[in-house]
Amino acid sequence: MHIVICIKQVPDSAQIRVHPVTNTIMRQGVPTIINPYDLFALEEALKLRDVHGGEVTVLTMGPPMAEDSLRKALGYGADRAVLLTDRYFAGSDTLATSFALSQAIAKIGETFGRPDIVFTGKQTIDGDTAQVGPGIAKRLDLSQLTYVAKIASIDLDTREIEVARRAEGGTQLLKSRLPCLITMLEDTNEIRRGSLQQALCAARRQVVKWTAADAGIDDLTRCGLRGSPTVVKRVFAPTARAERAAQIDTAERGLQDIADELIADILTRRPALEHELAFNSGT
Amino acid sequence: MSTASQTTPRIAPGRAGVKKELPDHFKDYRHVWVFLELERGNVHPVSFELLGEGRKLADKLEVQLAGVVLGPPGEMVEDAVAEAFAYGADLVYIVDAPPLADYRNEPFAKALTDLVNTHKPEILLLGATTLGRDLAGSVATTLQTGLTADCTELDVDSDGSLAATRPTFGGSLLCTIYTLNYRPQMATVRPRVMPMPQRVDKPVGRVMRHKLSLVEDDIVTKVLGFLPDNQSAMANLAYADVVVAGGLGLGAAENLQLVKNLARAIGAEHGCSRPLVQKGWMPADRQIGQTGKTIRPKLYIAAGISGAIQHRVGVEGADLIVAINTDPNAPIFEFAHLGIVTDAIRFLPALTEAFTRRLSPHSRDKLAS
Ligand SMILES: Cc1cc2nc3c(=O)[nH]c(=O)nc-3n(C[C@H](O)[C@H](O)[C@H](O)COP(=O)(O)OP(=O)(O)OC[C@H]3O[C@@H](n4cnc5c(N)ncnc54)[C@H](O)[C@@H]3O)c2cc1C
Repeated sequence: MHIVICIKQVPDSAQIRVHPVTNTIMRQGVPTIINPYDLFALEEALKLRDVHGGEVTVLTMGPPMAEDSLRKALGYGADRAVLLTDRYFAGSDTLATSFALSQAIAKIGETFGRPDIVFTGKQTIDGDTAQVGPGIAKRLDLSQLTYVAKIASIDLDTREIEVARRAEGGTQLLKSRLPCLITMLEDTNEIRRGSLQQALCAARRQVVKWTAADAGIDDLTRCGLRGSPTVVKRVFAPTARAERAAQIDTAERGLQDIADELIADILTRRPALEHELAFNSGT
Repeated sequence: MSTASQTTPRIAPGRAGVKKELPDHFKDYRHVWVFLELERGNVHPVSFELLGEGRKLADKLEVQLAGVVLGPPGEMVEDAVAEAFAYGADLVYIVDAPPLADYRNEPFAKALTDLVNTHKPEILLLGATTLGRDLAGSVATTLQTGLTADCTELDVDSDGSLAATRPTFGGSLLCTIYTLNYRPQMATVRPRVMPMPQRVDKPVGRVMRHKLSLVEDDIVTKVLGFLPDNQSAMANLAYADVVVAGGLGLGAAENLQLVKNLARAIGAEHGCSRPLVQKGWMPADRQIGQTGKTIRPKLYIAAGISGAIQHRVGVEGADLIVAINTDPNAPIFEFAHLGIVTDAIRFLPALTEAFTRRLSPHSRDKLAS
């Protein structure tokens, strides 16, 4: 079985700071990580390989330094890594990204064997859109299984797959066909730590580097900014409210006093709440 | 279709960096559409919230607001159509066919894409639910158009383009995104970000019915079953009228009991900031904020929460925000309505007691007399 998994190198957004005066992002020194959601997909891919045999290929589109993420993925146990990198990809929105990745996956298929499953994470922590997975599925005409919580079974002979997928208000059990694209939910897997030996090997392994041309992309108007129908016009900080919160004075008063004043304040501002609170509390 | 194609196309004023040159074949794209999400019999409330927002956009553009209902033939779809009119749609497109009984990407994407190609909306809105995101991503790809996810604000600018604002960079900033040269302009919005609109008095509207150009045998994916969530155990945060939440300021997992006690006393749901979920102190479905739930309660009480932007975007729709925090400079006081600078661990029990006293039947009688 051949599994391709798409990962993304993202800034560790917990550490991003916004410049207080200029409202610009201060990226300097912000470490990069593999998009955390992708790790659940990677783990699932490795587990499937443990059971069914075959190979796991990790793919990322990004700047040359995204190679670091691929090496980490090799360290976790992936068999092969492909870095799709070209200045033509700069400024890609989700539509342009799914175009480039789908072309690269097609090329991976020609070069290393057609994938049975393509994985992505649920979404990225920097874009948060959850649109790239469905975009790839549509372009490659793979059956699309998003928000998958569990792969119940795979039958390589009949080419059937059964999954449990997160839906509004419950879990949907679906049966579908291989090849398919799966976006994996978080917390579905305990992420393994690659062995020290794997990490050492990964450092020495070859990462396949493809330009747009190498991946067989001849229509560059579909890549990067030019291939992106969405345009970011304005980036700004949320406006502060005109006034700050009215503060309740706490000096030299008992807690019960303060609490009574707070409740009185709440109910003066929103008299209708009195009934609601009393009603809801069932007293 | 309407007479849209005879209308003069709107001309974009010159704008630094972005130029609008809508190709001719997109110039007759008109009207605002809202996809109505059916959830085993009911319309997901986010669809009504979007109809409210869609109404405003349609009025600004002086075009019609249409709903799209996809489902199995029968009552479920008819009810959804009636609801769409009640929340302001002028027109509803229906595709009802047995393969649309349960959500699957293939038949839904096909039905929606065909409708768009036939009737050419200029704006298409969907809820950012698991269903909406699954569907929007593949429809936008097939149509090769722009899709902006998880918008917190939608507007139409002076040249009639959809201005879709969403958080960016992990929520620290907002950005406004346009789809200038492609149609439709697509956006998703999370539940509870937009207010629920008023119902229309005497709803009327037109219905346009379409066939699904797919039959069950063409569809690769089959639904084997559905396991509903255990409703009693699941938090219904998004739709709660009163919410009490705790943050890292509570210091220890045990102290969350103080939040739960207050919530129980006033019939509220309880929630938390993200670090508490990461520490395993509360389940993920209790998290409020950008990567958790968006809430719109009448009253929100935040205890020991700093008010980081990712938390703020999830609670800004609350009617009355009360913050309890030891730090007078905590960002939460920038957007709370009432603030108390005090130790939440000591104050929460006092507040619970005071509420209980105030709300007890005895004191209510006293109030009434
Ligand atoms: C991509 C991304 C997504 C995110 N999504 C979310 C999200 O959805 N929701 C969310 O909440 N966060 C989210 N965050 C995290 C967010 O940036 C903040 O880190 C988080 O909200 C802080 O939580 P907190 O206020 O509980 O903790 P802290 O920031 O540690 O603040 C604790 C507060 O408690 C106060 N305090 C301390 N002791 C007491 C006491 N005894 N009594 C009263 N007050 C006390 C302190 O003054 C402080 O203001 C996200 C971050 C990123 C990068």
